[in-house]
Amino acid sequence: MCRIKGNCKDKGRIKENCKEKSRMRENRGDEKTNKSLVRKRIIFFLFLVLLLFIISLLAPYLVPNDPYGTNASYMKAAPSPEFPFGTDKLGRCIFSRVLMGARLSIFFSLLLVMVTMVAGTFLGVVAGYYGGIFDNIIMRLVDMLLAFPQLVLAIAVAGVLGGGMTNMLLALGLTGWTLYARLARGQVMSLKQEEFIAAARLSGNSSLRIMAVHILPNIAGEMIVNAAIQVGTTLVGFAGLSFLGLGVQVPEAEWGSMINEAKGYMQQAPWAVLAPGAALFITVAVFNLLGDALSDYMGR
Amino acid sequence: MKKYVVKRLVQLIPMILGITFLTFLLLYISPGDPAQKRLSAQGVAVTKEVLAQTREEMGLDRPFIKQYGDWLFHLLQADLGLSYKDGTPVNQKLARGMKNTFVLAAGAFLLAVAVSLPLGIYTAVRKNRFSDYCIRFICFLGNALPNFLLAIVLMYFLCIRINAFPVIAKGSLQGLFLPTVALAFPLASRLVRQVRVAVLKQLETDYVSGARARGVKKGYILFRNVLHNALPSIVTLLGLSVGTLLGGSVVIESIFMWPGLGKLAMDSITARDYPVIQGFVILMAVTYVVVNLLTDLGCRLLDPRIKE
Repeated sequence: MCRIKGNCKDKGRIKENCKEKSRMRENRGDEKTNKSLVRKRIIFFLFLVLLLFIISLLAPYLVPNDPYGTNASYMKAAPSPEFPFGTDKLGRCIFSRVLMGARLSIFFSLLLVMVTMVAGTFLGVVAGYYGGIFDNIIMRLVDMLLAFPQLVLAIAVAGVLGGGMTNMLLALGLTGWTLYARLARGQVMSLKQEEFIAAARLSGNSSLRIMAVHILPNIAGEMIVNAAIQVGTTLVGFAGLSFLGLGVQVPEAEWGSMINEAKGYMQQAPWAVLAPGAALFITVAVFNLLGDALSDYMGR
Repeated sequence: MKKYVVKRLVQLIPMILGITFLTFLLLYISPGDPAQKRLSAQGVAVTKEVLAQTREEMGLDRPFIKQYGDWLFHLLQADLGLSYKDGTPVNQKLARGMKNTFVLAAGAFLLAVAVSLPLGIYTAVRKNRFSDYCIRFICFLGNALPNFLLAIVLMYFLCIRINAFPVIAKGSLQGLFLPTVALAFPLASRLVRQVRVAVLKQLETDYVSGARARGVKKGYILFRNVLHNALPSIVTLLGLSVGTLLGGSVVIESIFMWPGLGKLAMDSITARDYPVIQGFVILMAVTYVVVNLLTDLGCRLLDPRIKE
């Protein structure tokens, strides 16, 4: 802040110097990342995310056609007013299926991220606060899980357990919490050295209360930002596993499994691949933008 | 340094034990009876006597720890058991796929590095200029585009619409192009961003302003000081990206029918051929752990100040 203000005062002098102009430009860029603008960005993307979430919740009432109703006379039909995104090989309305897919993908991705965040933060705080054997056990488990490439483990677990929604969530959640646990532990370890924690303890607060009232609010922001960044990854993992046939099973409308199903007749009906693909892409992009804005706000 | 290498190698042992334990557990938690799965995978009629005999042969009547110990003992001799499906040794199957996966993953890795390193450095130097925004926008798109979607879109336009590439890769060099690009692009998009951040962190330090004030040329500072200092973090990022690459190869290989480990794993999952899945997971995890170890050693070589 200080640097920017200083430069504004000396505007006249700097303008004379050609070489300094480039620095001005840089500073103007820095101003772009200042808090009020970032705050506006966050509100804007939060609004978009909320919109997506509402659409996903209201999907059953928004669909123009029955997403599961097959129609032999409209197989692989091109987009038309009646079927905005065309139909697939069974004559099902793709627009309706994409909407219904939004419900599964967005709702369950948010749920999974939420659950892993809470579980990971809890374990991380416990490990960092108590140290000793808790810390050892939890962190060795984290190390073990992080030894696997994440997607490889998810594929193996979902594959061995045999697909399906619950197993997919399990497979993705198995490694998901480790991120928060590691972060929370690190932060708690450094917070523990602070004087206000010692003061809280000396005033007779229990460990549980110190963790809940004094430590948690201090690390919650960081955890939420990381969770926001994770939503996009989770959406992709979700769709990826379904695409491989390890997630949501076929008649159910889900973006990944729709793409997988339609890739066989892409030549005749490219819209059957492109519509769910675009929906996935846009959703991931919006969540990523929100995550970026949030992490800019936190100054990382 | 020597001491450090030995220490890291010793630390590797519990890590690998952990990996093998989790992988063994994977088979253990799988629904159903392994003996029955093996018999039905081979197409043998399952009767009570045959089942009991197979169970004994496979050692399923012994306690869990003993089973794990036996399995580990065989594993240490590079014996991953026999495939349920056709009875061939698992390591033979893995060895066949390994070469193909290596070619694909190494190609994608080199491509991603060759693209993202220069672009990452360039965008850092040109921070907040038009070119920086353009490249970052493309990287943003690449970040939001899952590799399987990219693979299919590329396939549609380049293979079906204009017939430039074969749809099925099947070992030819021309067929390798699309899978490599599909695997490398999302990775490169992420790397550009991360390299940019790593270089920017150095560019914004006081020693750079100091050197500039003393009249040292920008290019000299960039190549002699900034990059040198940013290199350890860049190497770490590259090491971590190998994990994404190994996971992504499973998806890409099954789309392009590339006969590598990922396709083998997917086929084995369909066929419920658990020993092959186990072998695949162990191989991938060990590769990843070794790569991470090498990156850590590399970082230490590049920056002797790093401790622990």
